[in-house]
Amino acid sequence: MHWLELQGLGLTEGATRILADIDLKLGAGRTALLGPNGAGKSTLLRLMHGLLRPSTGTVSWPNPLSQAMVFQRPVMLRATVLANIEYGLSLRGVPAGARRRKADEALARVGLPELVHRQARKLSGGEQQRVALARAWALEPEVLFLDEPTASLDPASSREVERIIGEIAAGGTKIVMTTHNLGQAHRIAEEVIYLEGGRLMEQTPVEEFFRQPSTSAARLFIQDELGS
Amino acid sequence: MSEIAQSLALAGELVAAGDAKLAEIVWLSLKVSLSATALSCVLGMPLGALLAVGRFPGRHSLIVLFNGLMGLPPVVVGLLVYLLLSRAGPLGQFGLLFTPAAMIIAQTVLITPIIAALTRQVIEDEWREYREQLRSLGASRMRAGRTLLWNARFSLTTAGLAGFGRAVAEVGAVMIVGGNIDGVTRVMTTTIALETSKGDLPLALALGAILVAVVLVINTGAFILRQWAERRWG
Repeated sequence: MHWLELQGLGLTEGATRILADIDLKLGAGRTALLGPNGAGKSTLLRLMHGLLRPSTGTVSWPNPLSQAMVFQRPVMLRATVLANIEYGLSLRGVPAGARRRKADEALARVGLPELVHRQARKLSGGEQQRVALARAWALEPEVLFLDEPTASLDPASSREVERIIGEIAAGGTKIVMTTHNLGQAHRIAEEVIYLEGGRLMEQTPVEEFFRQPSTSAARLFIQDELGS
Repeated sequence: MSEIAQSLALAGELVAAGDAKLAEIVWLSLKVSLSATALSCVLGMPLGALLAVGRFPGRHSLIVLFNGLMGLPPVVVGLLVYLLLSRAGPLGQFGLLFTPAAMIIAQTVLITPIIAALTRQVIEDEWREYREQLRSLGASRMRAGRTLLWNARFSLTTAGLAGFGRAVAEVGAVMIVGGNIDGVTRVMTTTIALETSKGDLPLALALGAILVAVVLVINTGAFILRQWAERRWG
């Protein structure tokens, strides 16, 4: 059973074709979008989330699901951690009385309860990304999109972010993420979508993708990334 | 040269003595220009934010218009407001001409475009940084504009200051709609113009020095505020 379907999806900016002819059904709980730089991974994620409008084709949700997104660089308002999380909740219509509790719970789950009254933009990059995850998590989304969530982080912060993503997924939230890190894709995803040059090359269960990708493009990509 | 030195010395004495007339003029100047700045912030900042995040027909024309209006000549603004407020004009019934209220209106017309245009620039930069995150969270453009105005509150002090600096330093508009009436609508700039033409340089110089000092003090205050805010909020 799929929960998101892309049909003939394409995006052109000026004369540049960024994505073309993407036909895809997402049914897995945890999906990784892989591919070299410029493959169109982040663009595809934004099209799915509705931040970009496709030039051709459609994005259709059989049942509308609530969504949230975490970006490569956390974007925090000039306010406290608490205010940043409560802001998202207020936009989703959560009544004022319930926001504080939800914010506190989300902060506890990302392991940063003590930062609640700190100024968000004064935190380290790793802490800000965990606050961004808490902000998204507090919304209790049914689908969480993540765009290279650990690309700007040190290894310790990356591990912590991976742990949090794992917990969010364990709670039943569907995960769709782009990553450059093959190990991360292997640890988190059930299914890999491989893009190259703005085209969908393959959609394969994760074990199979790393053992025996069905396209030579993906095979070469894995070899290059592993440096062998 | 000695005349300037003499005048400066006299100016110093006037300030040191706390001359009542001088104080009255300075006070009215500040009252008029600060009121106009406050009004212009209330009008111009939401307008600037709307121009930055909004998508509506005519937006680009409006942006060009407001950028152009930043250079509006004060005498022209004075003339237009004079025509509006004069007894035969559309707002003549309120009897505002030659009152401080008329001066506030004229300066508001003069600096609202400045504040709106500078706000638009600040909020456009913020919008570039926050756009995807705010849209992802579900903020409408109106809500995003409000959020970013508050988020950029310390950067926006610069826009307010630019407006105040322009208002407190202009002479053409307040001269025409205020009439430079002694004790009623006489402000620093109109007094400087009048006293200079009469040859009373000490008073003109004293006021000139105070005018410069006021602008410097307010700018220094704003600078310190921004530094503090930068450290606190990042």
